[in-house]
Amino acid sequence: MIARPSLADREDVLGGMMLAPALAYVILLVGVPFVFAILLGFSNATAGSLSFGWAGLDNYRAILSDPIFLRALRNSVVVTIGSQVLVVVLATAAAQVFRATFRGKSFARFVLLLPWAVPVSLAAIAWTWIFDSTFSVINWTLKAVGLLHGWLYWLGEPGLALLAIIIVQAWRIFPFATVIVLAGLSSIPQEVVEAAIVDGAGFWRRLFRVELPLLLPVLAVAVLFGVVYTATDLGVVYILTGGGPANTTHVLPTLAFQRGILGADLGQGAAIAVFLLPFLIVVAFGMLRLAHRTEVGGAR
Amino acid sequence: MAGIEIRSLRKHFGDLHAVDGVDLSIRDGELLVLLGSSGSGKTTLLRMIAGLERPTSGEIHIGGQRVDGDVPPRARGIAMVFQSYALYPHRTVFQNIGFPLEAARLPRKQIDEKVRWAADMFSISRYLDRYPRQLSGGERQRVALCRALVRDPKVFLLDEPLANLDAKLRHTARDDLKRFQRQIQTTTVYVTHDQVEAMGLGDRIVVMERGKVRQVGTPQEVYEEPVDTFVATFVGQPPMNLVEASDPSLPPGTLMGFRPEQFLPRGVFGAGEDLRAFRFSVRRVEYLGSDRYVYGSVAESSTPDATIIAKLPGTIALSIPEGQTQEFAVPRRALRYFDAATGLRRRA
Repeated sequence: MIARPSLADREDVLGGMMLAPALAYVILLVGVPFVFAILLGFSNATAGSLSFGWAGLDNYRAILSDPIFLRALRNSVVVTIGSQVLVVVLATAAAQVFRATFRGKSFARFVLLLPWAVPVSLAAIAWTWIFDSTFSVINWTLKAVGLLHGWLYWLGEPGLALLAIIIVQAWRIFPFATVIVLAGLSSIPQEVVEAAIVDGAGFWRRLFRVELPLLLPVLAVAVLFGVVYTATDLGVVYILTGGGPANTTHVLPTLAFQRGILGADLGQGAAIAVFLLPFLIVVAFGMLRLAHRTEVGGAR
Repeated sequence: MAGIEIRSLRKHFGDLHAVDGVDLSIRDGELLVLLGSSGSGKTTLLRMIAGLERPTSGEIHIGGQRVDGDVPPRARGIAMVFQSYALYPHRTVFQNIGFPLEAARLPRKQIDEKVRWAADMFSISRYLDRYPRQLSGGERQRVALCRALVRDPKVFLLDEPLANLDAKLRHTARDDLKRFQRQIQTTTVYVTHDQVEAMGLGDRIVVMERGKVRQVGTPQEVYEEPVDTFVATFVGQPPMNLVEASDPSLPPGTLMGFRPEQFLPRGVFGAGEDLRAFRFSVRRVEYLGSDRYVYGSVAESSTPDATIIAKLPGTIALSIPEGQTQEFAVPRRALRYFDAATGLRRRA
């Protein structure tokens, strides 16, 4: 007599069962709201009413002629690119430091990872103090060293406020990028680095001609994560500047929140929120292709 | 063109004495092989010559210039080929070979000429635009040699460059390497654990064990006149047989050593030959085509269980039945004597 296969033997059934919770989570909490957001973008729905009228491209036409939206769009791009450039430089430098052996390395690594582990809201509140118009440690330090004459109103001037946002976003992402770059560095064969040393390449030539090109796929992944994290982040800007002064530092997520939730114009809020989607898809696609291409090219 | 002088060189990693007091003088233009098993310190020694590892103490002179200490690899006039070839995966063959020249800031035109000349020498000119991953193992190895050659180094350092090739290719690669080295006459230090490779390639062989040099000599010297039981059993395949025989003509505690190919059935030798005879109980015969390996033990040994191997050339057609005792013999001139306690050679 043949024993009936038990549940543990039925890979097809078991596989489905185990995937189900994750699938349900993604579909219900990510997929459905996402589809809703896209639909809302084409509607004239408002908060507090259940009416849902088709508005075509009206919302998009409205926001594209709105200077505040265009400013927010520009800010989003500037903050994302600016912070990611900082992240790449900082992460590469930090990874070089953490490759060396020194006393207290594990403690230093723990400290390095903190910004990534701290909740965004808490960190942003701490940063509002660092950038505070009266108590800014940055200003006090610069003054004490004698580099600053006068006073910097970090969150009060549009340019400085944007810079402050870039700094906080970079600070938030770079520990994660450092860990990724460290992993990438350790995957470069030791003999290749030594060959470069014997071949007469100094530190910079080794970094730019051997290590960074070999790190490219890994860096691309790190930057991709950073771009998505930064472009979609609401918390930092919302807490740091609230989009001010005078709506000059809005990024798309904060503007979408302001228009859609606080201003009750769900349709326009949704249009603002999903506006970046096609661009992010293109960026993600490009990055993944780059990662893949160099990975194949880099295979030994 | 330069010789290398190494004086009481040591490298300690904590308690591990990877290289433990090595004195060596490598002649200008010779191909010197560092032979040893893994952990013998041969690679560490090579890496110290290259400047990739800093000696704990001792001196290294390349071409009369003292280089241990702060002289970086690029200032030592060396080129190195790694076991994995260590090609730059993101650069084409041309860019790989040209890399050392770029680092030396040579003008583009000169780089181009030199790369093409070197590629020509190793017949890899048609691969110049390819990436390392598109090449076979043998081609990669030649690219690595090319990259070492273009710099016009005073010394070549090769770290098991043939180890990753398949057996068939290794023979031709060995021959190519030897011819190439003869042609350019650059001092070469070659690290390997393969004693056949060492014998075939080396002008001289340095046998290393646990950080120390056991013997330096030509392949023939190392094979025929080993200074101790380690060299005797490390060099040669199958290894030299060692028998502790109670022989009235020898001082007590003497090991008698003889090569398997010298240990043959008595009847094979001519009448005039001065022989040392043994009663050889054959346990097993291995037929290998060109040779037969006969495993057994000799009754004269004070440890009668120890395995003794005879290597009979295919030209000896005599039948050797397993499980029987036969009369075997070694010519006395082929016997080597060692001190059983120290392992050192004893002149009898």
